[in-house]
Amino acid sequence: MFQSLTGAVELGLMYALLALGVYITFRILDFPDLTVDGSFATGGAVAAVMISNGYAAWIATLLAFACGLAAGAITGLLHTKGKINGLLSGILMMIALYSINIRILGKPNISLIDAKTLFSSIASKTWLYILVLAVVILVIKTLLDAFLHTDRGLSLRATGDNKRMIRSLGGNTDTSIVLGISLANGLVAISGALVAQDTGFADVNMGVGMIVIGLASVIIGEAIVGTRSVFWATLAVIVGSIVYRIVLALAYRAEWLHLKSTDLKLITALIVIVALVIPTINRYYKQKSLARRRTAELAAAARGKGAI
Amino acid sequence: MLELNAVSKLFNPGTPDEKIALIDIRLKLNPGDFVTVIGSNGAGKSTLMNVISGVMKPDLGEVRIDGTSISRLPEFKRSRWVGRVFQDPMAGTAPTMTIEENLAMAYRRGKPRGLSWGVSAARRKLFREQLQRLGLGLEHRLKAKVGMLSGGERQALSLLMASFTKPDILLLDEHTAALDPARAELITKLTEQIVRDMKLTTLMVTHNMEQAIRLGNRLIMMDKGRIILDIPESRKQDLTVAQLLGEFERISGHKMADDRVVLG
Repeated sequence: MFQSLTGAVELGLMYALLALGVYITFRILDFPDLTVDGSFATGGAVAAVMISNGYAAWIATLLAFACGLAAGAITGLLHTKGKINGLLSGILMMIALYSINIRILGKPNISLIDAKTLFSSIASKTWLYILVLAVVILVIKTLLDAFLHTDRGLSLRATGDNKRMIRSLGGNTDTSIVLGISLANGLVAISGALVAQDTGFADVNMGVGMIVIGLASVIIGEAIVGTRSVFWATLAVIVGSIVYRIVLALAYRAEWLHLKSTDLKLITALIVIVALVIPTINRYYKQKSLARRRTAELAAAARGKGAI
Repeated sequence: MLELNAVSKLFNPGTPDEKIALIDIRLKLNPGDFVTVIGSNGAGKSTLMNVISGVMKPDLGEVRIDGTSISRLPEFKRSRWVGRVFQDPMAGTAPTMTIEENLAMAYRRGKPRGLSWGVSAARRKLFREQLQRLGLGLEHRLKAKVGMLSGGERQALSLLMASFTKPDILLLDEHTAALDPARAELITKLTEQIVRDMKLTTLMVTHNMEQAIRLGNRLIMMDKGRIILDIPESRKQDLTVAQLLGEFERISGHKMADDRVVLG
């Protein structure tokens, strides 16, 4: 039991970068970017190939980041300069990356079992492993928070919030969109590189469904932690990623559910659907009861004044 | 300062909805001019604003600011010279960002946006001073999200954001039209005060005849894509709304048709 929970926290931390990437596109830029499924595997593939060819793991991870940046930038350019619908730009890039990833890997999958990865020396010490991962993720989170408070970062946030306004103030929204999607996929690719090193293999299908997993983490985190400011929103995303993994681990432990490991994607989709629908229903009833109460109050006040 | 040379703009060319929105507009604003613009529905007032700000590019003719031709530049590049307040109070600010963050974005108008802190201690001090000019107490709410402000407060903030970096041209596009009378009056007062204090060259579209006469030093009237009347300060001072409407009917040959027009 305990072991599966620490495992869930480890996974949650590694996938937190994926979730931060999805947060940047879906929440900050308001751009539904599906490149993620491709760029996650690209990150894993690049890192695995480099490491199995004897390169240092940190160089491999950095190069994975760079490849993610490039993939995201292309999606951004397709959308802004090519005027292709946002959803379609991401899908096109995701499909293109599937072939590219096989080219990078040279075969459908690569094993890293005996290779020296970022985690080789600490993987057996559970608590140290979690601590190191947590520190790395928090450093990246802090850098991202800082960036989002610079002139460039403000312009990026405003692009998702009110394009017309930032354009009238001299912000180039196309640049912001390309930059944001690029950065997001860079983070997603690092996440893929970390997961490949942790699980000991990279597979061309490792990215399938990542977009929904990222989205589930974002939504869960926002529900638990809230989004008062950038600091809390990015923290929420990380917490969401960990909670998501813990929920899954618990679900799999409940034997009466008879879950198979292949049910993962179905469960993820259900989590996202529930998380999206409940607030909508909630809002509807709240709004309705508020409207009824206020109308009654105002009508009573009007009667009191003798208007009726 | 601002110069429009034979500017024309056609909508939906080659379709059954083809419509000429601006015809051969020639307009020259001197530094410090505060020009009010009135006209009936579809006269081309908003198109005029869009052609100057760069939301649209003219099909013919040229827009110049300070001698530089800007007709071919996209909107975000023209913002170096042009500040603008929209009619919709929601349009000029980013709702999920704070008051100080919104001001920080306006502060970088026409300048590169790098990796400096958007809101530094020095900038915050400046923002606080600027907000005091509005007299709405917003200087005490720097960290409040703009989405929490009322329409009037948001429009006052938009006005400040459009003007405090002293753009060469300030465009006001019926910026009080969506507000209730009390708030509209407040924004009008602030506009007058800011334009006067900062000596901004201003072009203001309004549907309020009385306001058009009372504010500014020059009044232009548009109809069907043309400027049909240009009234200088000397004549504007003792103009009445009735005279203005009379002039309009005499020149255009029809009544001022604007479902929102306010006579004063």
